Amino acid sequence: MSEAAAENILAEQFDDLEQQHEAAKLGMWIFLATEVLFFGGLFLAYTVYRYLSPEAFAAASRHTEVILGGANTAILLFSSTLMALAVRAAQLGRRGHLIWLLLATAFLGMVFMGVKGLEYHKDFTEHLVPGADFQWHEANPGAAEMFFWLYFAMTGLHAIHVIVGIILMLVLAVFAWRRRFAGGNYMPVEIAGLYWHFVDIVWVFLFPLLYLAGHR
Amino acid sequence: MTTKVLAPRVYWTNFLWLMGLLALTWGLGYVNFGVFNLPIALFISFAKTILIVLFFMHIKGSSRLLHLAAMTGLLWLFLMLLLTLTDYYSRGWVSVPR
Repeated sequence: MSEAAAENILAEQFDDLEQQHEAAKLGMWIFLATEVLFFGGLFLAYTVYRYLSPEAFAAASRHTEVILGGANTAILLFSSTLMALAVRAAQLGRRGHLIWLLLATAFLGMVFMGVKGLEYHKDFTEHLVPGADFQWHEANPGAAEMFFWLYFAMTGLHAIHVIVGIILMLVLAVFAWRRRFAGGNYMPVEIAGLYWHFVDIVWVFLFPLLYLAGHR
Repeated sequence: MTTKVLAPRVYWTNFLWLMGLLALTWGLGYVNFGVFNLPIALFISFAKTILIVLFFMHIKGSSRLLHLAAMTGLLWLFLMLLLTLTDYYSRGWVSVPR
């Protein structure tokens, strides 16, 4: 990296690039801590209601689409791998690789959303959406409706995060196309990567809690 | 600290481990261990999280400050769950005069 390029991307409040990178990562990790608690409220509600009616939660969980949920887990884990490779490409200044890996990550995010849409459609037709049209023919319909309320709230909030992630990846791909990450300025890609991996981790917990609460 | 460039092999190995753990979670969903299904499933989820955080999120090889920041979210979440659940668990143990 040339001296001029390094000065160009170094903000004036930092001594050197290393300090600037550390500050960027620290800021992102603090933001992710707030995200953990943002989702944490829903995880807490889930824990309390499952503790209060474990049988109804197990029965309701058997009505979710475990094949689609499991496939979506694999899709997200794969997309996280591509994202990690995208960060690596950005570190090494390999622009072509970076663009393709970002687009592939965004594409897998879209596939995830497509599968989710398919699932939501099935839930709608099977009257599993809480509200006036909710129908439950097994024991304890109130608790089952609570399960599905949490199912939609948790997967819905997660889906919003995936959509934000897809937009992020597409914007980063355009930036990479315009050579914005030249000269060692790869931090935006690393920061976006942290976000994407976090969204992946949330799903890693949602999958067993929502789809496998009752053994099949 | 500037993030070290890792070999692609590290990421692909991590991916294979994660897929293996996913298969384990999935398989577990079809076996009845009674009350142990949930703890085992959560244990596997935590194992996946550790792999993602260490390798994909580059916590391995990063500074102490980032290690600390990464732990804060989990710590607060744990406190929130613990304190709320002690309340729900102990409700009705004693009758409180009004």
